[in-house]
Amino acid sequence: MSIDFLPDKPIYQQLIDRITGEIIRGNVKPGEKLPSVREYAVEVGVNANTMQRVYKELEMMGISETKRGQGTFVTDNEARLQQLRDEVKEGLVQSFLTSIEALGFSKKEMIEYIQTRERGEEG
Amino acid sequence: MIVLENVDKNYGKHQALSGLNLTIPLGKIIGLVGENGSGKSTLLKIIAGLTTPSSGSVQIDELKATRRIASKIAYMPDADMFYPFFSVERLFRFYETQFEDFNYSKACIVAQYLNVPLDAKLKNLSKGNRGRAKMAATLGREASYYLLDEPFSGFDPLVREDIIKGMIQFTDPETQTVLMSTHEIKEAEPLLDAIILLNHGKILAFEEVETIRDQYGVDAVTWMTKLIKEGDLSGNKTNR
Repeated sequence: MSIDFLPDKPIYQQLIDRITGEIIRGNVKPGEKLPSVREYAVEVGVNANTMQRVYKELEMMGISETKRGQGTFVTDNEARLQQLRDEVKEGLVQSFLTSIEALGFSKKEMIEYIQTRERGEEG
Repeated sequence: MIVLENVDKNYGKHQALSGLNLTIPLGKIIGLVGENGSGKSTLLKIIAGLTTPSSGSVQIDELKATRRIASKIAYMPDADMFYPFFSVERLFRFYETQFEDFNYSKACIVAQYLNVPLDAKLKNLSKGNRGRAKMAATLGREASYYLLDEPFSGFDPLVREDIIKGMIQFTDPETQTVLMSTHEIKEAEPLLDAIILLNHGKILAFEEVETIRDQYGVDAVTWMTKLIKEGDLSGNKTNR
């Protein structure tokens, strides 16, 4: 299945986000084998050179490792994966803060609203 | 490597290409885009050695592009050029007699991958399956360069997706180059390393897709539309 890409961000970056998203969601487990560059490229309909770059970046980020003759695997380094979760969390919060600041909401106002909303959902 | 130097092509008084300088490396998938009549098909034919430039030089791996360059280049025309009474298998056998680099079993593997029945006659196939068969015949060649003229044109999204997947699966990103003209830029973009934008017979831009997104913050369609508008505004209307 081909996927739709956002227009304003490099494709390799969107693919990195997609793979790290799968890891965070738990759909791809620590130590699990990833598809080959070619397989993944065909699956999502992108150039193999782009996919090569994605795998290289993931490896440089310490998210994956290549074992000679066996393929590419998600790291089983739990500390690194926890750090990845934290990085993504930080990114989400940062973009949320930027959006609310742009509209003039205060952090306090938003936190209070989230808490009220949570209580409302529970009750 | 494909190298064009100062290439002009005139059809009578009409200048189809003017002053083209271009270097295309191995190991890339490159889209050739531009409006109708911008010179895309002419450029592909010149590189394939099917038509000669009015002036300038075209070299493929340091050899002059002539009809004999066909041994290095797999050219897929826009038109349906097959004998309708051939079966797919017979078409591949015919290709085998025409091209030294044709690999019959590879063509059959591509055809099976694209779900084209080998024993069906071309005239009995749907338009989409004829397109898939044409792609299989082209990819069946072990050429260094694939020149594809509008490979997606006239096909529904499913066929386009198959053709894209066939291209990714059956070309080697290190040793082969695909140069294809297309109007389906949005769909082709994830497949491309770079884009050559032709406008009125001239190269307006040659840019990596990721660079366009990274530096201009837009996709290829937006980038291209903007460049063409700017070009037209600045009076760059050579051949209209």
